[in-house]
Amino acid sequence: MLQYYEPEKDYGTPPSLSTETVTLNIDGVDIDVPEGTSVMRAAAEAGIKVPKLCATDSLEVFGSCRMCMVEIEGRKGYPASCTTPAENGMVVNTQTDKVAKLRRNVMELYISDHPLDCLTCPTNGNCELQDTAGEVGLRDVRYGYAGNNHLDAEKDESNPYFTFDPSKCIVCSRCVRACEETQGTFALTIDGRGFESKVSPGQNEDFMDSECVSCGACVAACPTATLTENTIIKLGQPEHSVITTCAYCGVGCAFKAEMRGNTVVNMTPWKDGKANEGHACVKGRFAFGYATHQDRITSPMVRDNIEDEWREVSWDEAFAFAAKRLRGIQEKYGNNSIGAISSSRCTNEEVWLVQKLVRAGFGNNNIDTCARVCHSPTGYGLKTTLGESAGTQSFASVAQTDVVMVMGSNPTDAHPVFASRLKRRLREGAKLIVVDPRKIELVAAPHVKADHHLQVRPGTNVAFINAMAHVIIDEGLEAKDFIAERCETPAFEQWRAFISDAKHSPEATESITGIAAADIRSAARLFATGGNAAIYYGLGVTEHSQGSTTVMGVANLAMLTGNIGREGVGVNPMRGQNNVQGSCDMGSFPHELPGYRHISDASTRALFENDWNVSLDPEPGLRIPNMFDAAIDGEFKGLYCHGEDIAQSDPNTHHVEAALSSLECLVVQDLFLNETAKFAHVFLPGSSFLEKDGTFTNAERRISPVRQAMPPKAGLADWEATMGLAKALGVDMHYDHPSEIMDEIARLTPTFTNVSFDKLDAAGSIQWPCNEETPDGTPTMHINEFVRGKGFFAVTEYVPTDERANRKFPLLLTTGRILSQYNVGAQTRRTENNQWHSEDILELHPHDAEERGIKDGDWAGIKSRVGDTVLRAKVSENIQPGVVYTTFHFPESGANVITTDNSDWATNCPEYKVTAVEISKVTAPSAWQERQQAFNEQQQGLLKKARKHETTSPAG
Amino acid sequence: MITIYVPRDTTACALGADAVADAISAQAAQRDISLQIIRTGSRGLFWLETLVEVATDQGRRAFGPVEASDVGALFDAGFYEGKGDKLALGLSEEIPYLKNQQRLNFARAGIVDPLSIDDYKSQGGYAGLSRALAMQPQAIVDEVKESGLRGRGGAAFPAGIKWQTVLDTPAAQKYIVCNADEGDSGTFADRLLMEADPYQLIEGMTIAGLGTGATQGYIYLRSEYPKAFSVLKTALANAYAAGYLGSNVAGSGKHFDLEVRLGAGAYICGEETSLLDSLEGKRGMVRAKPPLPAIVGLFGQPTVINNVLTLATISSIFEKGAAHYKSLGVGRSIGTLPMQLAGNIKRGGIVELAFGSTLRSLLEDFGAGTASGKPIKAVQVGGPLGAYLPASALDISLDYESFAAASAMLGHGGVVVFDDSVDMLEQARFAMEFCVVESCGKCTPCRVGSTRGVEVLDKIRAGEQRDDNLILLEELCETMEYGSLCAMGGLTPFPVRSAIKHFPEEFGG
Repeated sequence: MLQYYEPEKDYGTPPSLSTETVTLNIDGVDIDVPEGTSVMRAAAEAGIKVPKLCATDSLEVFGSCRMCMVEIEGRKGYPASCTTPAENGMVVNTQTDKVAKLRRNVMELYISDHPLDCLTCPTNGNCELQDTAGEVGLRDVRYGYAGNNHLDAEKDESNPYFTFDPSKCIVCSRCVRACEETQGTFALTIDGRGFESKVSPGQNEDFMDSECVSCGACVAACPTATLTENTIIKLGQPEHSVITTCAYCGVGCAFKAEMRGNTVVNMTPWKDGKANEGHACVKGRFAFGYATHQDRITSPMVRDNIEDEWREVSWDEAFAFAAKRLRGIQEKYGNNSIGAISSSRCTNEEVWLVQKLVRAGFGNNNIDTCARVCHSPTGYGLKTTLGESAGTQSFASVAQTDVVMVMGSNPTDAHPVFASRLKRRLREGAKLIVVDPRKIELVAAPHVKADHHLQVRPGTNVAFINAMAHVIIDEGLEAKDFIAERCETPAFEQWRAFISDAKHSPEATESITGIAAADIRSAARLFATGGNAAIYYGLGVTEHSQGSTTVMGVANLAMLTGNIGREGVGVNPMRGQNNVQGSCDMGSFPHELPGYRHISDASTRALFENDWNVSLDPEPGLRIPNMFDAAIDGEFKGLYCHGEDIAQSDPNTHHVEAALSSLECLVVQDLFLNETAKFAHVFLPGSSFLEKDGTFTNAERRISPVRQAMPPKAGLADWEATMGLAKALGVDMHYDHPSEIMDEIARLTPTFTNVSFDKLDAAGSIQWPCNEETPDGTPTMHINEFVRGKGFFAVTEYVPTDERANRKFPLLLTTGRILSQYNVGAQTRRTENNQWHSEDILELHPHDAEERGIKDGDWAGIKSRVGDTVLRAKVSENIQPGVVYTTFHFPESGANVITTDNSDWATNCPEYKVTAVEISKVTAPSAWQERQQAFNEQQQGLLKKARKHETTSPAG
Repeated sequence: MITIYVPRDTTACALGADAVADAISAQAAQRDISLQIIRTGSRGLFWLETLVEVATDQGRRAFGPVEASDVGALFDAGFYEGKGDKLALGLSEEIPYLKNQQRLNFARAGIVDPLSIDDYKSQGGYAGLSRALAMQPQAIVDEVKESGLRGRGGAAFPAGIKWQTVLDTPAAQKYIVCNADEGDSGTFADRLLMEADPYQLIEGMTIAGLGTGATQGYIYLRSEYPKAFSVLKTALANAYAAGYLGSNVAGSGKHFDLEVRLGAGAYICGEETSLLDSLEGKRGMVRAKPPLPAIVGLFGQPTVINNVLTLATISSIFEKGAAHYKSLGVGRSIGTLPMQLAGNIKRGGIVELAFGSTLRSLLEDFGAGTASGKPIKAVQVGGPLGAYLPASALDISLDYESFAAASAMLGHGGVVVFDDSVDMLEQARFAMEFCVVESCGKCTPCRVGSTRGVEVLDKIRAGEQRDDNLILLEELCETMEYGSLCAMGGLTPFPVRSAIKHFPEEFGG
């Protein structure tokens, strides 16, 4: 879908959702539009462009610029077509002598206070003011240019990604409105009155000091050069664009990669993208410079052992080197001694190939994915209760929700574009229940306030969710008809008997969860009786020893209240990475073939065996933690690690490092020499999302196209590299294009039967299941019946975690995300996003800080049962006493040195969210940090020697 | 017991009423005379402030203008028994300036203790509410329509039609909003009404709530009126205490809550949609219409937004009946309009007249000409956006239609008088400059146009390409009139054009 660059059509005002039609006549043409459509939009739909500046179809009408005046028969004056609704029988003239003169005279006023530097202006060629001045035929500014003006207004260049040049501002308020309506941050306002009116971040602050979250909505909305991307200022306007999908979080925003040649000039959120509808966040919108960062490794490299220098080699040499070692290991240690980890950041097609390589090439099922450490409990829990391992709704569904429960998820930081939708609905009056140990932004944001903030003690989610259900049963608020009709009765009766026990009452669990019984009762009543209720949850639910149990508890709660199977309700796992859903769908679990079908099922296996012309091992393979254990035990010796930095992201770093050190062949495929690659013997340079074709599947099961915007920096895209490795291993799998891989996926996966690249090109994106029954995909699941038939109420007994606070480790550490950084930070740390967050910080409550003599900015030593590290401290009341919090975006932080081997009983998802620790004031880094630094320096040195012949490319 | 009345409104206080009251107390104590002082609102005869009244068997006798230093002599003359010639004005009701008015809105002003509900009721107060409580909402709205009452904020839109729209728009919550952001130069009728007779407004708003189904009202008061704020706050508390507000209005089981909110000093917040934004806690910025506030108003809900005088008039319409109200006035300008005489005028104050008198009568019979004694050159009626009328046009009838025919407007009834020393080009420039400062900044004709207007007028004064600039100024006026989002930019050309039209020689024409 390569396009010549052309700004997307702007209808001026948002579409009307009315089903009534009105007919009006504009410039002699009869036009049918839904009632409530503006005259401007009606004209635009008929191809008649009325001049406009303040109107844009992503924002509510405003009516300030007065360029869109028209004449309407029988009406006085010259109504603005943007604010005038179309009516039956209306006769509109968009061009008369009178309106032409008025428009020209208004434009004359604009230009009397605007610099005349069009030829050197960054938006030359893409400026609505310039275009409109042309449209209205302005030829002279009779006021001259010596009058009062804003031409000397100073630029604000504080934001690394865009420049605010108020001398070019026409005070149309599109930026202010975008910040309010689109983003919901309310960082911008118009300061002053009359001629002194000006756009102001905060209270006359600069952008960086204001509440601005750098989402870019204002920049996208600006019709002039007042707010312009720095890349545009530096590189000029794009000449073509490619529609693709963001490679950051699980929202899966659609973007237009706007290009000059092979250079990305701009990433513009795509208005027709269903997940984001034209909105973006600081990561997807601006933090793409990592793709051309000088740290990118663009040549395959090998070495015999990890103390050796890297040797740059050809792709074929690297494949041969890896294949020889892997096969050698299998010969020596057995068939099961090697495996692979697929990446939730790679495309569906690439993940498919990696699991296929393992199953068909390695001849075992030692394939796991990084979803193991984030959302594996979602897969298990939702499959058990509802029958499908996926969220039930579209993001757009939240617009129909009356009560939102956000549990263990911090959308404004981790899923900002969805958070904007959510905040919009909350501003419209939906109620909000936040379940989180921390005071996340949603608890109290501009024009958003949680009705309940239930500060659950880490590790007690099951006790909480049971108490919610108990109240609903206790007070008779359950959806009796829904349960009777849609759910398994014996299971429900059994569950009902279980949950009715007084030990689940909020009064009984108060001392466990730390939440007052009255608060739970009130929240439960709201959830059960407040209209459409929807649950959005994140890793604060899954990353626990009882993660799967909580997921089932969440599903129980939705079924109990009848909140499933229609718009506005549902169970919505917020996926962390771009393709968590997809990597799970693609069968990269050791026990499941694609489509969540167990490997032990002979008929499913036969399907694949026939298609792939191999025989498959019916025994499940090793999960990631099993791989580490087996490596330490000397049974697992070779690993193909595809786009995941397990050394940084997996818990108990000491253990992971020990495992990696004992491998005889570690093949890492990545963009950068990440922490894991420092233990590797073969490095296969990866390709960024801009360098390949494929698809990602987001948290709403939406399969979206990823399209190549530039050639792979290392010559091969990731799917080609995997194919090359397979070939060297003697495995026959060849494709000319990822679309052929998708054809194979569709052939072998019942929920993907009707998916193809052609269909994706036509539809833009598709939500699975997409097959004969649902040829256009499935926005809302479980509408008439559950995928498993009847919904299953699972008994969810609360079992306290072993990881408990005691005298030695009196505090509970929990971990989370921050807006500007993403996951292990490999991408965002290589962008200007560091200006917002350049190190991981330990947050602790003033009481806990004071007890330990720790002040803001002090170094805090954090010691758990398995390790210790040092972080800078921040004293904050966002966290409750007894709980401390940090992020893990920087490898040197060693956040996972502290986290333990504890994991979810069902899926081994690590218990990242609960680690008992003690904090003390220290003055030096931990021993691990010193070792890590030395190791890093050694490995960077070994890399540098290999790359000495390369010229470094400038950072993008 | 001797009863002395001393006003407590802003104007009287500015002219020393508090000192006068203190002096009367002190003198009485010194002379061992037992008397009580009742602080009323003002009668609105500001040229006589401080106007002190004494209750006598014949009625109240007036003395004024009194200064604190006069009080000793007044006591010496026995003023407290109605005696003495010093500053004596005779019976208050017989003062021609007052006697010749047709007071409805200001019938109680200066007579009652503004905070006393008993006083209010003794003068016909809450009789209208009693009637309205027995009526269905539609009957209430019909009565307003029947009365012919038009909005007193300036636009003169029929109040009943606005109310009907609110009544007909279904919503869980509706609002009554009183526009008490009286910002026009030379106007003070709203302030005086709130300070002198606040229950009249409270009663009118309550009836509006009953008529439209609104259960919550807000008075949006400009912050420059601290005394009105304090009177309203106390009056509201008293009305709640007496059961006239709240969940059981006058024992009827009907619900109406009322609060007063302060503005923050922006003229534009007197424009109804800006006012609603401001009331919602936002920056006061004009909203595009449609949708009308009657359909999508405060917090997006159907809202009656009326001026103080409009809502206050409701109580007398319901007390005396629509027919009585309709009997006053001329043509479609029905009822009375309290004119406010200000600027260069000898006798400033409130003059409430039925529509149909003349501007000349107002200025001469009531105002007695200019304060400077020089001839009247121009009169601006209707606030800073009103047209200037020349001395030759003073016979114009005081009604909406006559003013519209003269490309002028009656507006809120403010009258500012200028003598022959006024510079009309400077006045035209002032109109533009006022807009520069007070525009909300939303629409371009108003925000940028007013600045250019000032500059073009400066060029005209300097004689730079005068003819071209006069043409440009006219085109600018046209752009502002037809292109502006609200009346602020749309009406700014009126004073400018009227100055050019009536005084062309001052623009070099």
